[in-house]
Amino acid sequence: MSWEPVIGLEIHVQLKTRTKLFCRCESGFGAAENARTCPVCLAHPGTLPVPNRLAVEMTIQLGLALGCEVAERAVFHRKNYFYPDLSKGYQISQYDEPLCSGGRFSVPGPAGDLEVGIVRAHLEEDAAKNVHVGGAEGRIGGATRTLVDFNRGGTPLVEIVTGPDLHSADEARRFLQLLRQTVVELGVSDAEMEKGTLRFDVNVSVRPRGSSELRTRTELKNMNSFAFAAKGIERELERQIAIYEGGGEVVQETLHFDPSRESAPPLRSKEEAQDYRYLPEPDLVPLAPPVELVERLRASLPELPAARIRRLAADVGLELAEGLVTSGRDALFDRVPGDRRMVANVLMNQLAGAGVDPTSVDPAELGKLIEARGRIPRSVFGEALASSGEPGFTAERYLGEAAISDASALDPVIERVLAANEAQAAAYRAGKEGLLGFFVGQVLRETGGKADARVVSERLRERLQA
Amino acid sequence: MAISRGEVLHVARLARLELSDAEVERFREQLSAILEAVGKVAELDLSGVEPTAHPLELSNVWAEDEPQPSLDAGEALASAPDREGHFFRVPPA
Repeated sequence: MSWEPVIGLEIHVQLKTRTKLFCRCESGFGAAENARTCPVCLAHPGTLPVPNRLAVEMTIQLGLALGCEVAERAVFHRKNYFYPDLSKGYQISQYDEPLCSGGRFSVPGPAGDLEVGIVRAHLEEDAAKNVHVGGAEGRIGGATRTLVDFNRGGTPLVEIVTGPDLHSADEARRFLQLLRQTVVELGVSDAEMEKGTLRFDVNVSVRPRGSSELRTRTELKNMNSFAFAAKGIERELERQIAIYEGGGEVVQETLHFDPSRESAPPLRSKEEAQDYRYLPEPDLVPLAPPVELVERLRASLPELPAARIRRLAADVGLELAEGLVTSGRDALFDRVPGDRRMVANVLMNQLAGAGVDPTSVDPAELGKLIEARGRIPRSVFGEALASSGEPGFTAERYLGEAAISDASALDPVIERVLAANEAQAAAYRAGKEGLLGFFVGQVLRETGGKADARVVSERLRERLQA
Repeated sequence: MAISRGEVLHVARLARLELSDAEVERFREQLSAILEAVGKVAELDLSGVEPTAHPLELSNVWAEDEPQPSLDAGEALASAPDREGHFFRVPPA
């Protein structure tokens, strides 16, 4: 039987406000432990939360970018659970009246747009950071004590929940990358996975291809990179398919993906699932976003990354377009003159490889350099690219040095290389033509990268056929 | 409305409370009495009344995103029963 993966995502994005969601402690990194706390986020008795207006606006703006409806009335709820990352014993979140819901996010793909339903986008506060100490360091099992830092506690998060609309690990990756870029461009979050300002859980199930049923799903937590997520999803799909094909049933559970082992051991089973006892937060009055505010935020939405990918794909193909946009290089791409595909390739490969910040590059100079790419030595081109982000960079400086294309200069080097590698030369003549690249590489190395690779490969081919 | 021993134990577990058998029975009676008192409301005809989570006719009470001074870590930890460096310390979770 052929199986179809069914994947939904739950994404948490940390908003880039200056202060926390319900108190005016600064949010963000860099302070000593518990130095960004106050009686409100430490839950001292008698304190009251006051929502951050900017956090509400950012949530609405993000919701609009995801095609959501903005609620006329939204309510905060208490989500009760008992764990040392919560000072109050409950998290203030949203439940049945979220700020944004019913959206749709289109992701350009090889077979047209992938339409992903956005069930909701709501605002909630983050929990504190727990450090489990003793036993195997940092792991929950075997710890002797837990240390708590409340600096992160109360930081605003938007939780985005998708429908079960993704059908491969690659679709999930594509959606997440585009969502991340959208969030970054809206300016509502840095959305950096390494810093935890973008986190996500994945719900995975499978069904017989062609059916529309939704089978029991498992939840993968602790996804800390797109690559791990894709790998974790693949493993989980294989596991579920093996269970069904063996006549078994998948059990609803939460799996904690461990990238070092590439497996996902169960975290907690359904029987232990939390009973959160949601109740309307009595300390907070409802939100009623004024129509003028919503319309102002809608009008301020920039051209979104998905639209730019579609536009660029016509010139450079989907893969390069997606790469340019989701790496934030397309603004530079638009301003560098020259052959579209060649410019895209250089930006996505060599320039990215050289670690040059695209915002510091002079597009006109980079265009001149790329235009001269075939005429100057490869090593010089690489060197010039690596310096292209420096102030005062000019392509002119590097264009004087032409690649060595003169046969009289190259032939002695070619002879030397062939003499030193007789076995490979014999193998080439015996039909292993793939070795041509090896010889070209050797000649380039001998000339310090200054030989014209095209001329070298022509001369080599002639010489080897002789 | 009476509640069962099982429900008391469930709620106790969620709150991480360990109760003796006598306590379970005592809380079962007390919680039942509270629910019964609140249950009086259900005797009224409320078909035309919107569910009310809040007595105030207010919305959009919020503050600007402008930082105010926090406590320093020493003050924040001053009333902590246990600490380690600048962290609060609790039993292993």
